[in-house]
Amino acid sequence: MNKLTGAILATLLTTTVALADPVDDNLVLNEETQIVTRTAAPAHLSDVLDEVMSGWLFRGTETRAMQADDFDNPGMIFVEQAMETWDAVDGTEGKSCSSCHNDIDSMAGVKPTYPKWDAKAGTVQTLQMQVNECRTERMGAEAWDYDKGAAINMEAALSSVSRGMPVNVAIDGPAQSTWEQGKEMYYTRTGQLELSCANCHEDNYGMMIRADHLSQGQINGFPAYRLKNTKLNGAHDRFKGCIRDTRAETYSPGSAEFIALELYVASRGNGLSVEGPSIRN
Amino acid sequence: MKNSIIAAAAVMITVTGVYANEVLPTKVAFNDDGAVEQSLSGAPGDVANGRIIVGDKGQGNCVACHQVTDLADVPFQGEIGPMLDGAGERWSEAELRGIVANAKIMFEDSMMPSFYKTEGFFRPGNAYTGKAADDTFGPLLSAQQIEDVVAYLVTLKE
Ligand code: HEC
Ligand code: HEC
Repeated sequence: MNKLTGAILATLLTTTVALADPVDDNLVLNEETQIVTRTAAPAHLSDVLDEVMSGWLFRGTETRAMQADDFDNPGMIFVEQAMETWDAVDGTEGKSCSSCHNDIDSMAGVKPTYPKWDAKAGTVQTLQMQVNECRTERMGAEAWDYDKGAAINMEAALSSVSRGMPVNVAIDGPAQSTWEQGKEMYYTRTGQLELSCANCHEDNYGMMIRADHLSQGQINGFPAYRLKNTKLNGAHDRFKGCIRDTRAETYSPGSAEFIALELYVASRGNGLSVEGPSIRN
Repeated sequence: MKNSIIAAAAVMITVTGVYANEVLPTKVAFNDDGAVEQSLSGAPGDVANGRIIVGDKGQGNCVACHQVTDLADVPFQGEIGPMLDGAGERWSEAELRGIVANAKIMFEDSMMPSFYKTEGFFRPGNAYTGKAADDTFGPLLSAQQIEDVVAYLVTLKE
């Protein structure tokens, strides 16, 4: 590729290859659940990408191993907290989540379809919005703050019971205009650095940008436990960080813009397995 | 940022008087090839300082995207743009000034940020705060910093 890489390549072949490209590795959770971390790109992406890949393939050996076993995955501690919340009565109606939904395992298959159109609300809803709808309208409880403690932990718990199932968000029908809005955002160059999501995650995945190994910026692994801040991070918080890094004015977690962007980015991962809570840098 | 530029400029006016020759970001004359003949600051560039700016995360941070063998002591060099070794042979000083000031004029739709530009952004922010830009908004690098970087790039021969 060039002199510097060439020189390192000669001496450290395996390491350099591991840095420059996604690894060739398989993720099997707890020695039983096969996770699809690369698959053919969904039809709507076929003109720009052949394959879609989980961010897991772009992380180091130790980080990848940590995610393969629930005992080693610190994100699961927050999932356990949310499992307790699942059964805890809250609000004026004297109900818990389990009053209506029984065991949280009954939620398997829900996470892969969100965000999705909600006919009653007349808008595309994220999973956290749906949870808050249950809390305010059925439990008489307070809405949780977006991407914060209880909300992100519950999203992780709902994700955990769907791990291994393929992401499958609908992009047509009434959700289509929101999806188009998200797509437009994905390709818009923002901020003083004038960088779009696509500049980094479509045109340059696999490359190093300073110390960071660029992935495709998929969200099948969200919520993600980040070693950097030792807590679960929501997709909207991640979007916010990436946009801030273009020296731009960001949007807020839970905003209409980020809901649209979440739908679009999720659709780029249609076919990848739900992985959350994943582990990332 | 603007304050410090103005403060620095004020010093320059009194000390050397070169500020009068500074070309504003909105007034840079690019030729048809995207090159800029005229010095942006009116003063010669400082090679040693240019070398620092190219490697410094808080200044040019050019190594976020480019590798430079001469800066081998700076860790974590990116792979987005071409290696800069030999840039001083491939390009003239005027071309290098144009590339650093606004690479998108020479390379259409380039991913490379425009370092001497203050207009035409979508949702410009206040540095890396995530907040909207305010009246301290200025170009990524000052006129003199651009000249320093260009002076350094000119020295990069294979
Ligand atoms: C200047 C480059 C840059 C831009 C522009 C950028 N990102 Fe990122 N993004 C990164 C880096 C670096 C990381 C961390 C390494 C990785 O996973 O790619 C990251 C990580 C992510 C992740 C986490 C992926 C995972 O598996 O953990 C998501 C999701 C993401 N970005 C989405 C976006 C979206 C959406 C946009 C546009 C709104 C965007 N990014 C713009 C650099 C960028
Ligand atoms: C976000 C990425 C990015 C950053 C930051 C960046 N560049 Fe670039 N640069 C590029 C890309 C990509 C190209 C290739 C031109 C193209 O086709 O767009 C390029 C091209 C160049 C070239 C021409 C290279 C050649 O030899 O043909 C020079 C010189 C250059 N950049 C210098 C700089 C300097 C100096 C800085 C910092 C002040 C800088 N770049 C910052 C991405 C970047």
